Amino acid sequence: MAEDKFDAIVVGAGPAGSACAYALAKEGKSVLLVERGNTAGSKNVSGGRLYTYALELVETDMYKRAPLQRKIVREQIMLLNERGATTVDYFNPEFGEEVPQSYSVVRTALDEWFASEVEAQGGMVASGILVDGLIEENGKIVGIRTGDEEMRADIVVAADGVNSLLGQKAGLFPEVNSHDVGVGVKETIELPDNLISARFGVKDDEGAARVAIGCTDGISGGAFLYTNRGSISLGIVFNPEQAAKQQRHIQDIFQDFKMHPAIQPLIEGGTSVEYGAHLVPEIGFQGIPKRLHREGFLVVGDAAQLGINTGLIIRGMDLAIVSGVAAARAIVNSPTLAETGPLYMKKLDELSLMANQRAYQNFHNIFEISRIFGGYPKLANDAMNFMFTVDGKTPKPMLKGLMGAVKKNATLGQLAADGWKAYRSL
Amino acid sequence: MTIKRLGPEELLSLDKFSVDEGNPHILVDKAICATCKPKACLIVCPARCYRLKDEQVNFEYAGCLECGTCRVMCKDKGITAWNYPRATFGVTFRCS
Repeated sequence: MAEDKFDAIVVGAGPAGSACAYALAKEGKSVLLVERGNTAGSKNVSGGRLYTYALELVETDMYKRAPLQRKIVREQIMLLNERGATTVDYFNPEFGEEVPQSYSVVRTALDEWFASEVEAQGGMVASGILVDGLIEENGKIVGIRTGDEEMRADIVVAADGVNSLLGQKAGLFPEVNSHDVGVGVKETIELPDNLISARFGVKDDEGAARVAIGCTDGISGGAFLYTNRGSISLGIVFNPEQAAKQQRHIQDIFQDFKMHPAIQPLIEGGTSVEYGAHLVPEIGFQGIPKRLHREGFLVVGDAAQLGINTGLIIRGMDLAIVSGVAAARAIVNSPTLAETGPLYMKKLDELSLMANQRAYQNFHNIFEISRIFGGYPKLANDAMNFMFTVDGKTPKPMLKGLMGAVKKNATLGQLAADGWKAYRSL
Repeated sequence: MTIKRLGPEELLSLDKFSVDEGNPHILVDKAICATCKPKACLIVCPARCYRLKDEQVNFEYAGCLECGTCRVMCKDKGITAWNYPRATFGVTFRCS
């Protein structure tokens, strides 16, 4: 049976799993990458945008081969009220120069490509296989079970996503806490490239990424819009705990957003072609399980609940790739199996992944300020309305008018308390 | 207007499913659900697989998007088993 044993089995061909398998195969390790979808990516949904540095970490210039969509040069923040919107649009062509900072991505294309890169490096990819469980012997994980079959390896890497059933089966973490995740829903809308470029003010290989608040019925959460090649990804991520306390279904809130007078014209002429949903690790550093390894077993990517959401920056795939590379480096460099886990944690530090997570560790507290999701976007639009309205009547003094917009949406005490909370979280 | 508000069935009709007939990957105990007060699943399942029918929580696994929201939101453990569909079954995303 010895010839049937792999150096490593990686479960899940998302960015974390494929990055790990690729790095292992490149180092000459025998690696099996198992994917439950018929093809890699067919079970995956994300916003999504990928920060390019992570692919560059796997291999210099790798991004040039990847089926990336548009390089993001416009970062937009939208504050919505019922019918209006105030939009901040930050254009920076430098984001698109040299190695562009980030690209919009479509996961079916990205993940399938990444898995094919693993194969090209000599890794074995087995799609359409659901891993049912782990094989444990003498307190060590020594392989996986799928149906009646067993497959063995020195080490199993769980890259099985945010629900990580394998991480639970390995006894590494308890059930996922509903406070720690967001539920995302998304429509993919096909739209001709020339319309996308014109509507978002970008060249054909450039794109915009937009976040929006004030469109969630007051639920902690926000919307996103990414321009792809020939399509737009439009969605909302909700805090599920708060959503559950509302009367309206999250689908209906999402459809309202899609039909908002400031959103609908951006996608008009397009065709809705897919509807997806996914959980997102939401609280960052504090949501990462204390233990990400045991002997013969490592956890990477979404399964490790890696994620950063500052409200403006939403990161997951880049962290997933970095963790996959860290796991591969630990496996390759560890003198003994027992030392692989601790070395993995060290590699996460060396690659600044944990430092990135720690830098934003209190950020999620900001999202407890409920007015961010209703009152403040309204305030911004009321202030704009005051400043831009001309009707021939005697105008109110500027300060009085602006204070009126403030008072309509929050008391000064609330402003002070929210400001303090935000200050403490940053 | 080509962009329209889409209802639950219209949204799911955009997706490709291969249903594992007679073999649900998530098991729901209606008796437990009957005693559950919040019934969060009714509001937060993105596919609206959970619906009230004759005052009972009815679960339809065919349109499941495999996101796991019900798993983390089910407080009274009315979900007695949560797994992914067997290989080759379930949703297949093509452009997400």
